[in-house]
Amino acid sequence: MTILAAENLTVRRGGRAILDGVSARFEGGGLVAVIGANGAGKSTLLAVLAGLLKPDDGVVSLDGEPLARIEGRALARRRGFLPQSPRAEWPISVERLVMLGLTPSLPAFGDLPAELKPSLDRAIADCDLEAHRDQPVTTLSGGELARAMLARALVGEPEILIADEPMAGLDPRHALDSMTRLRGLALAGRMVIASVHDLTLAARFAGRIIALHQGRVVADGAVRETLTPDLLRLIFAVEAQVRGEGQGAYVDFAAPA
Amino acid sequence: MRAAITLISAAALAVAVVLSILVGSVWMSPRDILHGLTTPGPDLASLIVLDLRAPRTLLGLLVGATLGLSGAVLQGLLRNPLADPGLLGVSSGAAFGAVAAIYYGLASHFFFAAPLLGMVGALAAAGLTYAFGRGGTLSMILAGAAVSGLGGAGVSLALNFAPINAAYEIMTWLQGSITDKTWDHVKLALPLIPLGWTALGFTGRGLDALALGEVQAASLGVSLNRLRLVALIGVALSVGAATAAAGAIGFVGLVAPHLVRPFVGHQPRRTLLPSALFGAALVLLADVASRLLRYNGEEIKLGVLTSLVGTPFFFWLVLRLRRTAP
Repeated sequence: MTILAAENLTVRRGGRAILDGVSARFEGGGLVAVIGANGAGKSTLLAVLAGLLKPDDGVVSLDGEPLARIEGRALARRRGFLPQSPRAEWPISVERLVMLGLTPSLPAFGDLPAELKPSLDRAIADCDLEAHRDQPVTTLSGGELARAMLARALVGEPEILIADEPMAGLDPRHALDSMTRLRGLALAGRMVIASVHDLTLAARFAGRIIALHQGRVVADGAVRETLTPDLLRLIFAVEAQVRGEGQGAYVDFAAPA
Repeated sequence: MRAAITLISAAALAVAVVLSILVGSVWMSPRDILHGLTTPGPDLASLIVLDLRAPRTLLGLLVGATLGLSGAVLQGLLRNPLADPGLLGVSSGAAFGAVAAIYYGLASHFFFAAPLLGMVGALAAAGLTYAFGRGGTLSMILAGAAVSGLGGAGVSLALNFAPINAAYEIMTWLQGSITDKTWDHVKLALPLIPLGWTALGFTGRGLDALALGEVQAASLGVSLNRLRLVALIGVALSVGAATAAAGAIGFVGLVAPHLVRPFVGHQPRRTLLPSALFGAALVLLADVASRLLRYNGEEIKLGVLTSLVGTPFFFWLVLRLRRTAP
């Protein structure tokens, strides 16, 4: 079973602690939503968990081995990462874009090895991109691009997927679609850690919620235990109620008095 | 499609090589050349081909392929269609080294002082760019711009104080040319240029991943620091040696990648080989044209011609960007 453990992570920028002694442990499959206000440290935490940013203090280990000691390509094969609003810099085709997710498994020269072709086809099919296979990615709509980037992150079948705001800029249908896909992955046994701004989506889909406030973890646990009016008041400075449960859950904000 | 563009560029290069051997102030037919080369003893045809046109052609090929390849690598690395081989300060360092050799009169005592000091200047410039610009793409561009400025200032300084003869020589050198280059020039450039090509060839996979931006490329296990360093080493060796041997030849490194990119689905790695082949073809064709375009008996310099032909392309690029940019 995959174990990703963060101990006492601290990241300072310009004299300010962006992350301040964050510890968390992730085991096996499941969808974990990281919530918090803008500037709470969500993106920084995800980048550190993904091994892309070295913390000033503390350590992240994968199955007991510190990330800093794992070779870049080996880590990349086990952990997929999606930054916020990912973009393509050249008008390459969707197929090419998805194939780039196999970079850590490719030889230095030459074309895609035949044994990796099925993974590519599967990722394209799973994300409903068959019709767009040869289309330049710069002509895709926001929702299609998000699916293509997700396929890119999943094509190497990593055990862990870390996604920063995977729903940012998506309309409700595509946001739901994206969340459903992430939960499907979690149900299939992957560890999925995503920062989520839409609290209703987090309440409906996540199995566990980690709440950040000013660089610290202020709540970590099941939706029912964490998404309380007190917590939402603390981290977002708004009055809010969580109503319903499971797929019927929603977060209701009161207008500021 | 992508095999086709490699074939087309290879064919264009082959045509350019043949023209470069045949065309000049003395026109040669293939039969003259065959006859000259197969009969023992020196005659005019074999002298012209072996001592003048062959080294000139080979040098043009090396220089053009270097410009095309390094332009493609830098445009991929920076994901910027306006990047060209001079961006990292290497060409301007080479120019400054060569100009210093001319200014101090070393070049008139020792024929290879200019290209040798040019290479020293190129490597020093690359070292300076790396020392100040490592750790980030933007810092590397800025450091390259600073080093370019420094080299340019050095060249201006030399022109400022140079006596009129030396100033004329410096201007001529700066214009860039492969006229009157000998086998010794080729021998000087030959060890470094393929070494640089090899380094540049290893950047392909990383350049492809950079199509996703730096964060995603890093998340895929691409070491951006290593990629930037390998690209800089490759450019320093190949562009440095090419500029030291032939002077500054503009626009080829900028244009060649653009010509081939649409045919390889914009994939950065696949741009490299056809861009190198096209770059070589462009330099050779421009050189052939420069032999024919005379004004008062004077050949137009290769670097001048590529700039004249390249500038309209630049305008076209601007117009196209304006049309397609959001």
